[in-house]
Amino acid sequence: MNFKKIIPLLAVVVLLLGVIGGCSSKSGGSNGKTVIEIGSQSPLSGGSATLGDAIRLGAELAIDDQKAAFAKKGFTIKLNYVDDQGDPKKGVANAQILASDKDVLALVGHLNSGVAIPSSEVYEKNNLPMVSPATTATDVTDRGLKTVNRICARDDFQGPAGANYAVKTLKAKKIFVIQDKTAYGSGLADQFRKQAKKLGAEIVGYEGITVGEKDFNGVLSQAMTKKPDLIYFGGVYAEGGLIIKQARQKGFNGPIMGGDGLDSSSTVQIAGDAVKGVYLTSVAGDVTKTEKGQEFAKKYKDKFDKNVESYSAYGYDAAGVILKGLMNAINDNDGKKPSREQVEKAIRAVQDYDGVTTKVSFDDKGDNKFAKVYIYNFEQAKYPPVQKAEISQ
Amino acid sequence: MLAHILQNLPQVLIDGLTLGVVYAVVAIGYTMVYGILELINFAHGDVFMTGAFIGAIVLFLLMGMGFLSAMPALIVFLIVIVIAAIATGMLGVGIERVAYRPLRRKNAPKLIALITSIGISFVLEDAVRFIAELKTGNYIVTAPSMFNHKFNVDVHSVIPFFNNATFQASFLLVLIVTVVMLVSLDLFVNKTKWGMAMRAVAQDRDTASLMTINVNRVISVTFFIGSALGGATGVLFMIQYGTIDPYIGFILGIKAFTAAVLGGIGNIRGAMFGGVMLGLLEMFAAANLSVITHGAMGAEYKDVFAFIILILVLIFKPEGLFGKAVVEKV
Repeated sequence: MNFKKIIPLLAVVVLLLGVIGGCSSKSGGSNGKTVIEIGSQSPLSGGSATLGDAIRLGAELAIDDQKAAFAKKGFTIKLNYVDDQGDPKKGVANAQILASDKDVLALVGHLNSGVAIPSSEVYEKNNLPMVSPATTATDVTDRGLKTVNRICARDDFQGPAGANYAVKTLKAKKIFVIQDKTAYGSGLADQFRKQAKKLGAEIVGYEGITVGEKDFNGVLSQAMTKKPDLIYFGGVYAEGGLIIKQARQKGFNGPIMGGDGLDSSSTVQIAGDAVKGVYLTSVAGDVTKTEKGQEFAKKYKDKFDKNVESYSAYGYDAAGVILKGLMNAINDNDGKKPSREQVEKAIRAVQDYDGVTTKVSFDDKGDNKFAKVYIYNFEQAKYPPVQKAEISQ
Repeated sequence: MLAHILQNLPQVLIDGLTLGVVYAVVAIGYTMVYGILELINFAHGDVFMTGAFIGAIVLFLLMGMGFLSAMPALIVFLIVIVIAAIATGMLGVGIERVAYRPLRRKNAPKLIALITSIGISFVLEDAVRFIAELKTGNYIVTAPSMFNHKFNVDVHSVIPFFNNATFQASFLLVLIVTVVMLVSLDLFVNKTKWGMAMRAVAQDRDTASLMTINVNRVISVTFFIGSALGGATGVLFMIQYGTIDPYIGFILGIKAFTAAVLGGIGNIRGAMFGGVMLGLLEMFAAANLSVITHGAMGAEYKDVFAFIILILVLIFKPEGLFGKAVVEKV
């Protein structure tokens, strides 16, 4: 066999080996106990993998912590995590798979509102309750689905809170708004713009960029001629980091503000020193502020050898709420495995759950009554940023 | 309105030129291969991306060994760009050997080669993504910042209705290196024996082979040069923008291909001109579109604007701007 035939053959063999290796079989080993799985969907690969992975690991830690309690009742709980790639199509496909698995009784997810909205239609049909640690778009809960809950704040709270801080505390009078044309980015930027206008600030520009590009000099040149006091960016860190960096290169020294999409160590990594003076609103609180949080951060570091990200604790608490609801459902069902409908009702009924980072009580739409928005500032080029303010509803 | 556009102009020219020369060099890779094989090598954008990643890896390795602090940044940069260019050049030759040559030998229709090139493009993207993700699970790679000294161009004091412009040292680097690459390529094609062989193969492959030109070797050399230039540009891109991911080659490749068509595909000088023109148009649109249209269309429509210009050019000059001016195709 000659050389040029061997190469494609090798390629095919390697590919097949990879596929076979990837399909490791599900191990049994439940020791006669009933298995209950908690699903998890977040982007584990791709641009926002840092945030998605934090959610998964947080949920895993919560399940590990409560394994023993469930084992006593005769149940083995497991995390069944899948990668939604931050892609709505993938999210819906995964949702179908999870929904058809009868062992899966509830789900932690998603990170992206754009993925959560279509996927939750599938959950609703299958009565599979979901608790989201991070989706902030108003439409996630405003559709009034029985299965959809979230423990973080909404965009119509986050955006205006950012605007209040920008106009009242940072005294910005001329604001240039950039958004990334996604459901999340433009939703947040719209809410910000509305409130900033109401407070009397002048919006000197409102421009969109394309996700995936690296050169935003054009938009920023335009911004520079308008001489704004503050630039607001609605979007995620992959573009946000570059916008921060390129704006500083153009000589913009004023504050740059963004939403929770910038709340990641990758923002600092991409923007480097330019990140100083960047403000962000986040629905995630700084866990290292409380004793409980520090303990959590330590446990997390010990187990996964990674530092906590903003959403690690939210992944943990989202899973915690689910497990509490699940436990209640088991108790109400005389210690037998509850149905999805029972779990769904039990989770919505959770009141005053005290997690590591937030208290949780759901209202009738599935929003958390105790959700807060936090304002952060990068004073140094390192993550996490310094918490400046905490705003309750 | 005009005042605003004029004020901005120096900055727009600088930014547009940066983007434009990157497009120009990548466009050359498309145009050279097309000139010789009449094949649109869609994998070329991803060869560019692979070059950026190889450059990043070499840079991190050198940094790990402490070279970055021990040597002037310029020398480190030269080492990185040369290694990346040679590696991507080999990659280009390899792609041609494995994917295109067997098809050519069997006289497969050109469409098959085109589809193959799209396939190669996906393979490269995902292979690089897989490798980049291995360590951190995050495929966005941030290169250490080099050449970030800032320059201020005081246009305002010379011509008062312009605003001042700023650029980074990396802009000069990108500009100088690409111009050197473009000029030396032009000399290579027009003045050397290999260049003459390439032009001969482009004009008529069968006749060229009768004149004792080794056609397959000429094709390999073409792929090597095109890919090496693309890979080197990837390194420049990484240094200019600081952040790379496995999908930068897609959009950029399409735009570079457009630039090649704009200049007249198959024509090297046309590709250079087309690239610079597309970069300038795009940056101009991003900076001024909302002023021109009074806010009806924002910066997000910059690509639409650039492509409308492209379509207009092609309506009146379907062979591209330089398509007929030069008879030879390479």
